[in-house]
Amino acid sequence: MTSLRIALFVACYNDTLFPETGIAVTRVLERLGHTVKFPLEQTCCGQMHYNTGYHAEAVPLVRRFVAMFRDAEVVCVPSASCVAMMREHYLLMAEREGDAAFVAEVRNLLPRIFEFSELLVHRLGVEEVGAFFPHRVTYHPSCHSLRMLHVGDAPIRLLRAVRGLELAELPDAEQCCGFGGTFAVKNADVSNAMLTEKNDAVSKTKAEVVVALDNSCLMQIYGGLHRRGSTIQTMHLAEILAATEDTV
Amino acid sequence: MSVRVGKTAQAPSFPKAAKEAIQNDQLRRNVHHATDVIRAKRALRVKEMPDWEELRQAASDIKAHTLAHLDHYLMQFEQNCERAGGRVHWARDADEANAIAIALIREYSGDGRAEVIKVKTMTSDEIQMNDALERAGIQPYETDLADMIVQMGEDEPSHIVVPALHKNRFEIRALFEEKMGIATLGDQPGDLADAARLYLREKFLRVKIGVSGANFAIAETGAVCVVESEGNGRMCVTLPDVLITLIGIEKVVPTFQDLEVFLQLLPRSATGERMNPYNSFWTGVELKDGPKAFHVILLDNGRTTMLEDERERETLACIRCGACLNVCPVYRETGGHAYGSIYSGPIGAILSPQLQSLEHSRSLPFASSLCGACYEVCPVKIKIPETLIHLRGKIVREEQKKFGGLLSAENLAMKVMARIFLDRRRYESAQILARAGQLVFERRGQLTNLPGLAGEWTRFRDLRSIPKQSFRDWWKARLKSANVNETRDGA
Repeated sequence: MTSLRIALFVACYNDTLFPETGIAVTRVLERLGHTVKFPLEQTCCGQMHYNTGYHAEAVPLVRRFVAMFRDAEVVCVPSASCVAMMREHYLLMAEREGDAAFVAEVRNLLPRIFEFSELLVHRLGVEEVGAFFPHRVTYHPSCHSLRMLHVGDAPIRLLRAVRGLELAELPDAEQCCGFGGTFAVKNADVSNAMLTEKNDAVSKTKAEVVVALDNSCLMQIYGGLHRRGSTIQTMHLAEILAATEDTV
Repeated sequence: MSVRVGKTAQAPSFPKAAKEAIQNDQLRRNVHHATDVIRAKRALRVKEMPDWEELRQAASDIKAHTLAHLDHYLMQFEQNCERAGGRVHWARDADEANAIAIALIREYSGDGRAEVIKVKTMTSDEIQMNDALERAGIQPYETDLADMIVQMGEDEPSHIVVPALHKNRFEIRALFEEKMGIATLGDQPGDLADAARLYLREKFLRVKIGVSGANFAIAETGAVCVVESEGNGRMCVTLPDVLITLIGIEKVVPTFQDLEVFLQLLPRSATGERMNPYNSFWTGVELKDGPKAFHVILLDNGRTTMLEDERERETLACIRCGACLNVCPVYRETGGHAYGSIYSGPIGAILSPQLQSLEHSRSLPFASSLCGACYEVCPVKIKIPETLIHLRGKIVREEQKKFGGLLSAENLAMKVMARIFLDRRRYESAQILARAGQLVFERRGQLTNLPGLAGEWTRFRDLRSIPKQSFRDWWKARLKSANVNETRDGA
């Protein structure tokens, strides 16, 4: 396999709140023989602003993102919802700006952007990444990875290839965890009712760890689990794939 | 013209109404159970269709075409309906539609006490027809079983297809015992159906004027179509001498053949049936059989303004199957009443704010986690999440223009954050500031009691405190040591 130069867009909330995810992505991709670049100018993809209705405020963030990654060979994003933002809305936003050059750049860049599990399975064609993680794990398919990116069983195939890992099926897995960005605070009562159902299902699996492709959903799930005194941990898929005999 | 939709004017905002609904455990159990059942049936019936995606696309295309030429098809419908002996009336809003209905009922029943039997007309709930009729001294009887339950309980419908979904059969038995004056009634579905049958048959045989809704109006033939499971609809549209059908203008389809698509999609999406047990079509009047007079009221009530914008127009493609309600994780927790309108769930969240700009309707586009389950099941492919975001944008822009809105905490926070994200140095400083700022709230590595809007997070959830080293800090440190090593190696 040829070695790629992979530009990492880590996502602002991963950068700030979940640095271990970016570290894990770097370790996995380097272990597979690729070069990882992290453009330090990067901040946010604009999703929070756009989805909350602050469309004018999101446009310059999108322009900034596109300018930063326009020359990248491949962009890796360990956040399905950020990739969904890019694929579902960037083109529409650029078209609405009526800026042909902006539209062309977006059109050109989009096929080179991959969510982390997509990059591994669909672009690089690997499932076995040399990981060892001797724990019982359950997988929460986040809504954006499931219904917008259609990552399918890519994350499950990656998890199945992890040595020592026991995969427990999550009941009603496709049900939303209730995060939904600003929805979690604007409609906190409903969000919490949804979370309670999700965490009841998580508890039933007897898993030690809940894994997903979005730390935003995991922040919600962890927040509820910790509040109810559960010791179940949450981890981004990359962190499990980064684990080896040396790290556990 | 003034658009009115049910009792929306008095409705509280969604978060407020939802908070109350969530505390009602019985309601939530009923909604969980009912939606789980319908949802599973739908999935089963959709899975057996190899051309489901093609059908969805065809339906979406037919609706898009029709809505783009709605004036043409409505006039064609009017012409063909009248040619067959029907009469078509145009109503700009709720008041006009009710006035037309009342005048017609008076025309046929004189000035004294009048009665009508009604079936399958959610649109009549939209215009609060029952209240208007009662004020005019006309007694309406709902004859669809669930609508009858809602009317008897002086309740509001909570689901587009299953209006009494929030009630279980024990609650319904209690209601029947009280309102029908039955001393003891069994609680099996058969017992309840028997009681309802006795009660309704008497009305079907006695009342001479029927009011119905329509699932489809066919421009090509001037025919009207109602699909249902009970047969009460069939009786309501065939037994009376006079039939008045109220139709939202978006219900027209160009040709009879178009129903080939919709009559496959609708029953499977709505109730998980391959076909509806009763599919009634009628065209004008037939002197030997059925009603001797047939009137159609075509209702606008805010719909034409939705035609202007392409994204908003798509909402009018809805065929009221309710599939989006049954899969919605938000509806699942709150039931339909929290949406403050007869149009609840995801479709209500995009339809209500387009029909009316009210405090409650403006909160609806935000009542979604944007999980996308609604779009996945929509038989006419309405991009509900996309429209929710579009409406959020519209509302935010309007709020920003208001003086108070401009200074609102959320708007300010969003503006500040957008500025921070535009500049790497500002962003890195903000990371440092956030780490310093959290110290006040940190307890054993957790943030559990945050102020302001973030307090809505910590009301239910903990938050791991912000780590000392961001990813970029780690990256920079790594670069630095790599550079040091490189220099050393080179030396």
